[in-house]
Amino acid sequence: MGLDMALWQEITVSVFLVVAGIFGLVGSFGLLKLPDPMTRLHAPTKATTLGVGGVLIASMLYFIFAKGQISFHELMITLFLFLTAPITAHFLAKANLHTNVNRADVPPPVGDRPWAGYESDDARRIAEGESTPGA
Amino acid sequence: MIARIFPHPLLTLTLVIVWQMLVNYVSLGTLVFGLILGIVIPLLTAPYWPDRPRLKSPMMIVEFILIVLWDIVVANIVVAKTILFTRNASMHPTWITIPLDLRTPEAITVLAGTITMTPGTVSSDVAADGRSLLVHCLNAPDPDAVVADIKQRYERRLKEIFE
Repeated sequence: MGLDMALWQEITVSVFLVVAGIFGLVGSFGLLKLPDPMTRLHAPTKATTLGVGGVLIASMLYFIFAKGQISFHELMITLFLFLTAPITAHFLAKANLHTNVNRADVPPPVGDRPWAGYESDDARRIAEGESTPGA
Repeated sequence: MIARIFPHPLLTLTLVIVWQMLVNYVSLGTLVFGLILGIVIPLLTAPYWPDRPRLKSPMMIVEFILIVLWDIVVANIVVAKTILFTRNASMHPTWITIPLDLRTPEAITVLAGTITMTPGTVSSDVAADGRSLLVHCLNAPDPDAVVADIKQRYERRLKEIFE
């Protein structure tokens, strides 16, 4: 910690670090404790939000307090996490839907066509050929 | 002509700003290089993204982001409690189908991402006709309430922003 920070500033930064650490720990514990792949997928989405978010806020505050400058890198990390984390989770969920999940357990979608991951290429061609003639 | 150089003006603006933030300071050199990236990247990716998404009410974006951030904090605490204090046997993990009123792909993408980032729900698949989302809930004793909540809090606002 910088020596040129006031005590309340050091405490503020520390609180964010500790809170972030707790949520990261709980997220990791969730990976161990939860019973199946789909529920386990919920743990990393949590670690990347409050766990990482707390560290990033602490980092921004540290640079403002100790160096007197605003750092934008933390905002960028937040942005990239929010772009990439849902995509990773989506891929993992889809892979799991294909390999481990009984299709009868998954509720049907509203329309006539199945979930995109469960539709065969032939069925997709027929369905889209009908909806857009000549395509 | 201008539409051909800037197929996505908002993407160009975003890329310029993101580049400034990545280098962490603003100078003429970083501005010029950011502008080059902001012109070249939309041109290269234009074939994959032919339609320009329309933003009907940009001010709603601020409200939407604040609500999502708040929900992330609240939901984090709820899920942390679920992990620490609920036994696996008494949890209610379940699949839910969310019927979509949104039609634009960009809006559905943002909704799916939002659902995943708010802990306790992970969007897992989309229907082939784009009319419903498959979402997995970590602990939902009342699945209908989760559907109503997502539609009311997120989808209604996204519909105002995009459609």
